[in-house]
Amino acid sequence: MAQQAAVRPQAAPIGVPYDEATVSARHFSFGKLVGRVFFWLLIVVIMIYTLFPFYWAIVSSISPDAALFNTPAQYWPSRIDWSHYQYVLRNDDFMKALANSVVVSVSTVVLALVFGSFAAYALGRFQFRGRTITLYVILSMTMFPAVAILGSLFLMIRGDWLLPTPNLYNTKTALVITYLTFTLPFTVWVLTNFFKQMPGELEEAALVDGAGPFRVFWQILLPLALPGLVTTGLLAFIGAWNEFLYALTFTNDNNARTVQVAIANFSGRTQYELPYGNKMAAAVLVTLPLIVLVLVFQRKILAGLTSGAVKG
Amino acid sequence: MEVGAEVAPVPVPTLVKRRPWSPPDTAVGRRREKFAWLLILPSLLIVLVVAVYPLVNTFYLSFTNKRLGSTREVRNVGLENYANLFTDPLWISSIVNTLKFTFFSVGFETVLGMIIALTINSNFRGRGLVRTSMLVPWAIPTVVSATMWQWMYHDVFGVVNDILVNRLHLLDQKVAWLATPSLALPAIIAVDVWKTTPFMALLLLAGLQVIPSDVFEASTVDGASKWQQFWQITLPLLRPALVVALIFRTMDAFRVFDVIFVMKNYAPETMSVAVYTRQKLIDLQRLGAGSAAAVVIFLIILAFVVMYTRLVRVEEG
Repeated sequence: MAQQAAVRPQAAPIGVPYDEATVSARHFSFGKLVGRVFFWLLIVVIMIYTLFPFYWAIVSSISPDAALFNTPAQYWPSRIDWSHYQYVLRNDDFMKALANSVVVSVSTVVLALVFGSFAAYALGRFQFRGRTITLYVILSMTMFPAVAILGSLFLMIRGDWLLPTPNLYNTKTALVITYLTFTLPFTVWVLTNFFKQMPGELEEAALVDGAGPFRVFWQILLPLALPGLVTTGLLAFIGAWNEFLYALTFTNDNNARTVQVAIANFSGRTQYELPYGNKMAAAVLVTLPLIVLVLVFQRKILAGLTSGAVKG
Repeated sequence: MEVGAEVAPVPVPTLVKRRPWSPPDTAVGRRREKFAWLLILPSLLIVLVVAVYPLVNTFYLSFTNKRLGSTREVRNVGLENYANLFTDPLWISSIVNTLKFTFFSVGFETVLGMIIALTINSNFRGRGLVRTSMLVPWAIPTVVSATMWQWMYHDVFGVVNDILVNRLHLLDQKVAWLATPSLALPAIIAVDVWKTTPFMALLLLAGLQVIPSDVFEASTVDGASKWQQFWQITLPLLRPALVVALIFRTMDAFRVFDVIFVMKNYAPETMSVAVYTRQKLIDLQRLGAGSAAAVVIFLIILAFVVMYTRLVRVEEG
């Protein structure tokens, strides 16, 4: 049986030629060669399609303006010119915006993880009335359109609502609070699934030994949940870091403006200068940390991103 | 909310065991129930204040004439805002633009994503590298990718024109992609397709990888062609993953704001419903009229959310 299976050409998924192992001299044919060439051509096209725009941003950011605003375009910089980066790193508005983004995103993620892990512990490991409905509400909240509550949030931030709150317009606090509208439901949802998948034995043993539910959470489940917390926190961080609509609407100067808004507003030194070199340098600076994080945690992110589709 | 778009979108469907609404019958059970609610309380309060209250308030505002930064008396105007909304040609054209954007970007993403997923769903050297590189467009912030493409679309110095005119000779002369009203929306759709196709491909790839390979082996033995295999085996088995991804992407595309606003601001030829709503609410300060538009968007998205949660529940059973 086993030998038969080895001889029979292995079935490969559609659109894909046979495994390299099966393309032996015996099976070699012209058709397979064409298939193989076509396959690798497709891979090259896919790679160029996904990577070229970011490559182009990098090339543009290190090319001198004389090369940028010249035709035909140069696909490889003739010499490396750091002046765009120097301009961006010396730009107070941009650096302030970068700091704002870090403060806002980190604060949002910390709050979402703290409150989110409490709720997720309850939803994932307790049976109680109202649990199902709470889960459905949380799931729905992860999908609601931000623009639907934009006007009401604007009023609340300016203190125009039920409670006498201070005017938070153009503060980082306002952004952290409003970013919780999407990071908190997301965190609760993902962590709930994470807690649910944990084996129950440890928890039961601890409960039998007389540990209270809070100690079980703090000393047993939370350390076990650490990988899940890291992945969830990273995804929530990316969400907060990339947010644009609220940052655009609730800030108006560099006291609270985030990098996304700063990049969208980036202009040249004079009104006649095309600012694309500087914009690309800023774009690369804002994106590189994300890309590094994503590459470091890629396995976890892939698993987190795709688990829903597999089960659903 | 927006997190659905940028971050990890497809929530894991849960296996919620249906419990009767009867109170727990032991003292320990009752204590655990109380403790559970105590744990949920902070999150619940936050969600109530920053999401549920504003949502309810948006419904209320949509029936009033309230304006931002105005102290005049707020009056109930009934359905006037809604009547005005659906007679506003700009709103109608925003809906048309949004539908076009949603239909074409989700359509292209699905087809391209499927091709890519089928291609990388095989063992070849460098597969990990290809899969990793697909995370790059996903990780780039939408504002950044819009800015990058704005530069690539530049009418004189843009690389898109350079490739199409100078290198491939597909066009005779350079095109002002974003400044030509009829081309701006397709150009923006292309940006969204670029950014989201890899994500779609990864979702479909995950779906493909759970299809057992002996199904294909058996059909190969039976003499099925690759084409037949795709339509009669792969696609039906991939359907659940595909439906979830499609609903999610449709919902996401329907509320598009960032990419359009960064590339074209409030230009009517590319205005989406979310861009229209922000202009009404914030720039024109018409809170009542803008809230009516926000309510319409919310109800449409809600329909998708209901569809999605029903689907998840069906899978549970």
